[in-house]
Amino acid sequence: MRRRLATVATAVALFTGMLAVALAVPFGLFAGRSAEAEIIADLSEHLIAITTGFTGARVLLFGAREGDGEVVVVVRGPRKPMVVRRKGRVAGIWINEAEMTFRDVPAYYSVAASAPLDDLPASVRARHEIGSGYLRMVAPADAPAAEVGPFREALIRNMRRADLFYVPEPAPLAFLGDTLFRTDVFFPANAPVGLYEAAIFLVRDGDVVSAQSTPLQVSKVGFEAWVFDFAHRHALAYGVLAILIAVVAGWLASAIFRKD
Amino acid sequence: MDIYLPIAEVSVNVFLILGLGGGVGFLSGLFGVGGGFLMTPLLIFIGIPAPVAVATEANQIVASSVSGVLAHWRRGNVDFRMGGVLLVGGFIGSSVGVWVFTLLKQIGQIDLVIRLSFVVFLGIVGGLMLAESVKAMRGRRAGHPPKPKPTRSWKDALPFKMRFRRSRLYISALLPLAVGFFVGLMAAIMGVGGGFIMVPAMIYLLGMPTSVVIGTSLFQIIFVTANVTALQAVTNQTVDVVLALLLLLGGVIGAQFGARAGARLRGDQLRGLLALMVLAVCIKLAFDLIVEPDDLYAVAGIGSP
Repeated sequence: MRRRLATVATAVALFTGMLAVALAVPFGLFAGRSAEAEIIADLSEHLIAITTGFTGARVLLFGAREGDGEVVVVVRGPRKPMVVRRKGRVAGIWINEAEMTFRDVPAYYSVAASAPLDDLPASVRARHEIGSGYLRMVAPADAPAAEVGPFREALIRNMRRADLFYVPEPAPLAFLGDTLFRTDVFFPANAPVGLYEAAIFLVRDGDVVSAQSTPLQVSKVGFEAWVFDFAHRHALAYGVLAILIAVVAGWLASAIFRKD
Repeated sequence: MDIYLPIAEVSVNVFLILGLGGGVGFLSGLFGVGGGFLMTPLLIFIGIPAPVAVATEANQIVASSVSGVLAHWRRGNVDFRMGGVLLVGGFIGSSVGVWVFTLLKQIGQIDLVIRLSFVVFLGIVGGLMLAESVKAMRGRRAGHPPKPKPTRSWKDALPFKMRFRRSRLYISALLPLAVGFFVGLMAAIMGVGGGFIMVPAMIYLLGMPTSVVIGTSLFQIIFVTANVTALQAVTNQTVDVVLALLLLLGGVIGAQFGARAGARLRGDQLRGLLALMVLAVCIKLAFDLIVEPDDLYAVAGIGSP
């Protein structure tokens, strides 16, 4: 029921959004503002709420372009330092023996496009982080160059396996007629909280001619948020409360099931 | 029905957790064991991050020990003076343990140490239990080994002697302090109550009468695991109350059924079965350490989907 409601809401959002865009384009509303405004897009939701039943979310990104050109959408999560560790065999068992910390790694990444990305020049892809291989993830300054490559690849591989870097790359992006486009952005159950950004590019002749970005917040809400917040902000009180709950539960159990 | 655990930051099936709690609770009711030594590895197997599994299991043991100790207390089977001395050792041990835990977590070796500790611990416990039940099943019941005569040994040479009236003992306080310290260390690093180690140590090393052993060990486990819970919550934020509550709920109910079943069933085969289960968990953990991982590289702190 809830899911159906969400689908209906999404469809309504899509419809009104597209209607607005479709009406605006012929009236030159976007073209009139500046030469840059050749693409416009929005998300069906700007807040993903992680609740007790959260198993992931799908958000619709929709928009319109003016004229021709391909559309590329990049969604990035909050940037964090990430530690990559490599195991080696020591005395018969596999233990972590080397590590490297990358700074500014997006905790989530996905890219959708209306055409293969290979046609884009590497410089453009690097500038706009189009494709996970082009992400700016900063390796330690003192790391040996030969080591950085494997660690970097391993980071991407592991993020993909954890569903945090979305596969396939690019995800499909479909046109509806000449101007309207849409794509689904998937967020897994383990999507980290924070501020996300969806960047939408209009690409013509191997270069980005127009761009727009729109924010998206992933937050824990309700009971989850409260527990997490409490555990981190008032750690001692949380610990004491956890103990009290356990003591009361243990006492209750023994009182209820007391045989005599 | 999936539920998102706020601290573990993973989505798990509620019935799986309730079932785990119930199953391990059943076994602990059946055999009168704590169950932490099975629960922590099982939580790791289903994808709960190892540090969260350890800290949360310590929290759950607080509850199961409270409900266990009350019955012993009513019968007067708790030596509070001995429990107090064990507790001092336990507090120091568990505090040192959490400090070591935090250090290992920072250098990325905590998973390895937790797993290795369990391999060693479960291997010894499962092996001993299996040997005992095989012996019992063959019918070579030799009765209880004769109590060692109170001859003078290195134990009597130790200073700081104390009188423990309830246990009818006059021994150096250093012995229970050391036992408490070691078990506290285990509670912090492995999320187990440590009854499995403490009970034999109390009987054979300290020479306590068996009647007060279980009550006294439960009494001190409450406080040591409570200390672990508080310290883990403060230093590592790894105590997941939602997970602990689910395990509790399953555990409490399972333990009651287990206790009733235990009153009816013959113990030897079941004990052998438990030993095999313990060994199976041990082998699975050892196997994961020995077999070359699919990916030699791993990224710290990303949850599984």
